[in-house]
Amino acid sequence: MNYINKGNKPTKTGFGEGVLAAAQQDSRVVGLGADITNSVGMNFFAEAFPDRFFSMGIAEQDCVATAAGLALSGKIPVFSTYGVFAAHRANDQIRISVCYNNVHVVIGGAHAGVSVGPDGATHQALEDMATMRVLPNMTVISPCDATQAKIATEKAILECKGPVYVRFGRETVPDFTAKNQEFEIGKAQLMREGNDITIVATGHEVWEALEAAKILEQKNISARVINMHTIKPLDGDILMKAASETRMIFTVEEHQIIGGLGSAVAEYLSENHPIKVVRIGMKDRFGESGQASELMHKFGLDAEGIVNQVLREWA
Amino acid sequence: MDLQAKAKHIRELILTALAEAGSGHTGGSLDLVDIFTVLYFNHLRHDPKHPDWEGRDRVVLSIGHTAPVLYATLAAAGYFPEDEMLTLRKLGSRLQGHPSYEFRLPGLETSSGSLGQGLGVALGMALAAKMDGTSVGSGTVNRVFCIMGDGEQQEGSVWESAMAAAHHKLDNLCAIIDRNRLQIDGGTEKVMAIDPLRDKWAAFGWHTIEIDGHDFSQIKMALEMADNEKGKPTVIIADTIMGKGVKSIENNNQWHGKVPTKEQLKDFLHELHQ
Repeated sequence: MNYINKGNKPTKTGFGEGVLAAAQQDSRVVGLGADITNSVGMNFFAEAFPDRFFSMGIAEQDCVATAAGLALSGKIPVFSTYGVFAAHRANDQIRISVCYNNVHVVIGGAHAGVSVGPDGATHQALEDMATMRVLPNMTVISPCDATQAKIATEKAILECKGPVYVRFGRETVPDFTAKNQEFEIGKAQLMREGNDITIVATGHEVWEALEAAKILEQKNISARVINMHTIKPLDGDILMKAASETRMIFTVEEHQIIGGLGSAVAEYLSENHPIKVVRIGMKDRFGESGQASELMHKFGLDAEGIVNQVLREWA
Repeated sequence: MDLQAKAKHIRELILTALAEAGSGHTGGSLDLVDIFTVLYFNHLRHDPKHPDWEGRDRVVLSIGHTAPVLYATLAAAGYFPEDEMLTLRKLGSRLQGHPSYEFRLPGLETSSGSLGQGLGVALGMALAAKMDGTSVGSGTVNRVFCIMGDGEQQEGSVWESAMAAAHHKLDNLCAIIDRNRLQIDGGTEKVMAIDPLRDKWAAFGWHTIEIDGHDFSQIKMALEMADNEKGKPTVIIADTIMGKGVKSIENNNQWHGKVPTKEQLKDFLHELHQ
């Protein structure tokens, strides 16, 4: 399988297009903004539906509680801000007012991962999947490119029932999945066949994993690549198949190796099909400033970094 | 309607349920009874037989630990049988220690218990009601009431919501603050001073009213003034006495999170009827 980059595009833009598409289909969709409307992809919606967009100021805790109140009154609120603020500053509001009430609020977590770049550690969401995944009733989605971000967001708004966290990035990255792809929340995508190892990736790391698999092929290692676009609920079936058909599992994420995709996969497989799982991601440290590509390289999150870590374990 | 008799009955239900439960928050539950009585029996547009009626006004109890006053009032209003009060805080009960939307208790609008969130939730409901306008229910815009504690005013998130509600001119939102001047560690002004409370709310752009939270006519008048205010949300700062109704526990913060024993219950109920 060959995936062609149709051109670079931020997943943030895909999220914004998804919100707009959903809002055009359902008049209950409303938006909440915490000052950074353009940089979290909400500008398309805000421009198209000014009467359904509420500016709430730099007040994330209130934004989330207000979103819960709107949902309790029959609206479908979408609140997007940087993942660090959504998942951490407003965590208690998400826990009680959104998740405990089990209301359909869609939270956009922008600026995922170190590829945020020069802004540095404060703005790079690296623990958001951990704190969102652990909450009962929450669905966590991490699409791999702009096309998928649009489809996932539209479905999250129109098809999900309870709380949803959609994670996406700032940097322009390869846009390579098909507009007419089959996409189901909670069902991972097999991106490339392989029978030695499996690389389970999420978000921007799916493209890097596909590039890594090409390099590994030249070194006679056949790598299967899975796009785990939904972190919760986790697709156990595709992992069981990978664990029985390949000999080692690697997880790759722009997130701490504690609490995110790697943890979710390791938890599932240790209970259901014990096999060696190697977690590639941020190793219990904060990010820093630099160009996105420099940071991805420094932390071993680009294709070359993935290849090196696979070779170290596979040798 | 005899509001005095209703209030007395609600206090009985609260004390009996708390004694049976063996844990819970007596002081704040009792001091809110008079406000809840006027709200549910003299002011709200609601229908206990149709709790999900679209035209209803909504009540958000931001101080979740005073759940017994909400439960007792809902039961007295006919939302569910009064007998169910005896299941308070017990396994499988719809009357969870703090209000739980998950258990689908008729008349309960949201979960609460983590302080500082209720006003934001109420603000979301008020925004939704403004969007829906007069298209649903009663022919006028639905109103939302949020009951907060005075200690709760120390939560920063309260002020985020206060700012936003005034910014969006939500005159269908009314906050009521239970100003009993006590919190767990002692007096509010000693633990973390919140005065001048009324000035703070006024500075945030709210219509402010201060009343005796045990005087039915003042409560009624304040709620009507809030209804009639245009372009601003209203906050009613209600001066109350923690534990109101049972002299021996009034104004004693030991009774914030303590309940009567079965023996004390007899004395307290006797006292209520004197």
